[in-house]
Amino acid sequence: MAKSTSSDAQMLIRSLRTAYAATPTNLKIIDLYVVYAIVTAVIQVVYMGVVGSFPFNSFLSGVLSCVGTAVLAVCLRIQVNKENKEFKDLPPERAYADFILCNLVLHLVIMNFLG
Amino acid sequence: MARNLRLLGFLALIYASLSISGAAVIRPINEAHQSAALELFVPINGSFGSLEETYEALKTFQILGVEKGAEISHATCPVVVEKLGSSLSTSKDLFHALRVNSILGCQIDSRTFEDVASKLQALIKDANSLLDFHYAVGGLLYIKDQGINVILSDADGTFHSIKALSQSDGRWRYDSNSAESSTYAAGIALETIAGVVSLADRKLDQSKIGIVKNDIVKLFDSIKSYDDGTLYFDEKHVDASEYKGPLSTSASVVRGVTAFATVASGRLNIPSDKMLGLAKFFLSIGIPGSTKDLFNQIESLSCLKNNRVSIPLILSLPSTVLSLTSKDQLKVEVTTVFGSAAPPLTVSLVQAFHSDSKDTPVLENQELQFDSENTIHYLDIIPLKLDVGKYTLIFEISLHDPENVNTYATGGRTSLMSFVTGSIKIDKAEIGILESGAGGSETLQKLDLSRDSTLSLSANHLQKLRLSFQLITPLGHNFKPHQVFLKLRHETNVEHIFVMESSARQFKITLDFLGFVERFYYLSGKYKIELTVGDAAMENSFLRALGHIELDLPEPPEKAAHPPPQPVDPYLRFGPKQEISHIFRAPEKRPPKELSLAFLALTLLPFVGFLIGLMRLGVNLKGFPSSTVPAAFSMLFHAGIAAVLSLYVLFWLKLDLFTTLKALGFLGVLLVFVGHRTLSYHASTTAKLKSS
Repeated sequence: MAKSTSSDAQMLIRSLRTAYAATPTNLKIIDLYVVYAIVTAVIQVVYMGVVGSFPFNSFLSGVLSCVGTAVLAVCLRIQVNKENKEFKDLPPERAYADFILCNLVLHLVIMNFLG
Repeated sequence: MARNLRLLGFLALIYASLSISGAAVIRPINEAHQSAALELFVPINGSFGSLEETYEALKTFQILGVEKGAEISHATCPVVVEKLGSSLSTSKDLFHALRVNSILGCQIDSRTFEDVASKLQALIKDANSLLDFHYAVGGLLYIKDQGINVILSDADGTFHSIKALSQSDGRWRYDSNSAESSTYAAGIALETIAGVVSLADRKLDQSKIGIVKNDIVKLFDSIKSYDDGTLYFDEKHVDASEYKGPLSTSASVVRGVTAFATVASGRLNIPSDKMLGLAKFFLSIGIPGSTKDLFNQIESLSCLKNNRVSIPLILSLPSTVLSLTSKDQLKVEVTTVFGSAAPPLTVSLVQAFHSDSKDTPVLENQELQFDSENTIHYLDIIPLKLDVGKYTLIFEISLHDPENVNTYATGGRTSLMSFVTGSIKIDKAEIGILESGAGGSETLQKLDLSRDSTLSLSANHLQKLRLSFQLITPLGHNFKPHQVFLKLRHETNVEHIFVMESSARQFKITLDFLGFVERFYYLSGKYKIELTVGDAAMENSFLRALGHIELDLPEPPEKAAHPPPQPVDPYLRFGPKQEISHIFRAPEKRPPKELSLAFLALTLLPFVGFLIGLMRLGVNLKGFPSSTVPAAFSMLFHAGIAAVLSLYVLFWLKLDLFTTLKALGFLGVLLVFVGHRTLSYHASTTAKLKSS
């Protein structure tokens, strides 16, 4: 029974990988960016766990910048994805411009809060 | 400010001596008054202020013999001329202007005087208040002094109008409407009536003069007195609206009475003692502190100096302290109020009382000799065998010329206080330690109290300290001074003071330490001994350090009183204060630098991973536009984003939000424009690619 579960898991992962290989490159770039942002956030949380939460505002701004930019990247991915029927009429350049603008505003606020 | 303080201090000193001795130290007017006048009346920009104040200043200086007219006339004469020439001036303005002119002597032609005279005559006809009459009549008198012929047309009528305001007690009302009568107004009224009499064209009815004389006698019935024989006038009700103090009121009455006495024929029925009492009142003030008081004092004394009732003669002592050691003589001055010579007279010392024996006189009926060079009456006291102490001397003046008795007020018997001081001899001084108990041996050592000694005694609590000496006056009697104190001072500055008792012949003290153990707070150790003997009549009062005594007292029990804390030097509070140790909030624990740097490197690692991932995915720049203009816009777009991000870094490092927002606004506009161009070009390229 265990063996079948592990082999089921392996099969699941293999199919995921093959399916993922089919995604277009620009979406893969965005996914990579999201992963990078989240990993950075996790490292900051670990650091805070080690040394304590002083100064708290810096920790928050660091973590929130990573999380915020990850969220914006996810929005970009949704809007750019050609298989997404909802955003069929939205040109990807427009989505990209929104992404850039929102990131700049987010980082202004983050920089102000950084202290 | 300093001058006023000095004058106030002087006044306080005079007042203090008044209150202590009970009798005023009365001296005639002297240079001190002149310097006080110069200090109080100070012209500002060449003028003394209003014309009334100017008159007060000039009159005071004139009486005291100080020449001030030249300084003042430059600024004041134009004011005087203007007031006399103006048709808007009231009788009060004209009165003050004429008064000032009588001293300054401004250049005014007789036409002006005649105009003013006729104006004043008209005012008298319409006048109905006392002050209106006073100003008008006074003004006319001053004009008459200038040589203009002025006659009061209706002298009888004017007299009646003024007299109508008088009351039955000799006081006057200010006008027919006011209910209160005032002594000050009485003085003004008498002065005005005197003016009316002298301005009248024919002599007034003698009965009228007699009525006024009666009024004056009634007024003098209300005179008040202080204990030391000075007499003064004051208002009946102190809370009246126009209350002026005793000095102003008495000055006003003196002015009025002396002015009236000058014009009235026959004598005024005022006892000479009252004139002398008034003169003493003005002199007992000493040196007043205000200009008005000084003016009132000097002017009333000047009126009293040559008045027709009786001229006061002041008997005073130039110095109240006589020293036997320097063989002083008792000197007495008899002068007029201003210090000028009196008529020939003899002063005799009727009685002299020592303060110890107030009933039996020490001296009787001694006649003083006269030194005509210094105009002083003197008496040699050495042959009289007067001992030291405080004396009450009673003098009597007898005038040589019997006709002068009615002209001058000598005041019967005058009582004055005087001190006779001398050098006290200290004899048979002995000090020693005795054993307690009756049969103790007496080992007393002789002491020389004419200088400090450095004795070194020691005692325990079972012994006694004994000190005794005799005090002998120059005449050989026993002397009891006011202060005979023995002081023992411990090393810690705790002091104990003992009063020495006097027996029949000597002063002695026996300090039984057994009884004083608790009083000394059980403090053993070295005590400094000091002896003080002092008295007002003793010329050689002393404070002598006698040495020290080593006291051995038993241990204090638990409940013993602690010695009182000694006074701290009051200047210590200006020294440095105690150091304050501030308590700061403990700073937060920061991680070690290496750990933080390690995590910084760790945080940058994912970026490296991201770049590697990108390379793995085969990221390329093929989509970058090739033709120049779009390429430039693309470059600008990326450069703009990089600029904004570097602006953020600068913002974190050193800029503030406002500068950043300003720069961001500028960059943002640029970025939007460039971005729009680039992205629309990119979009159109992609669409062309798709369609083809």
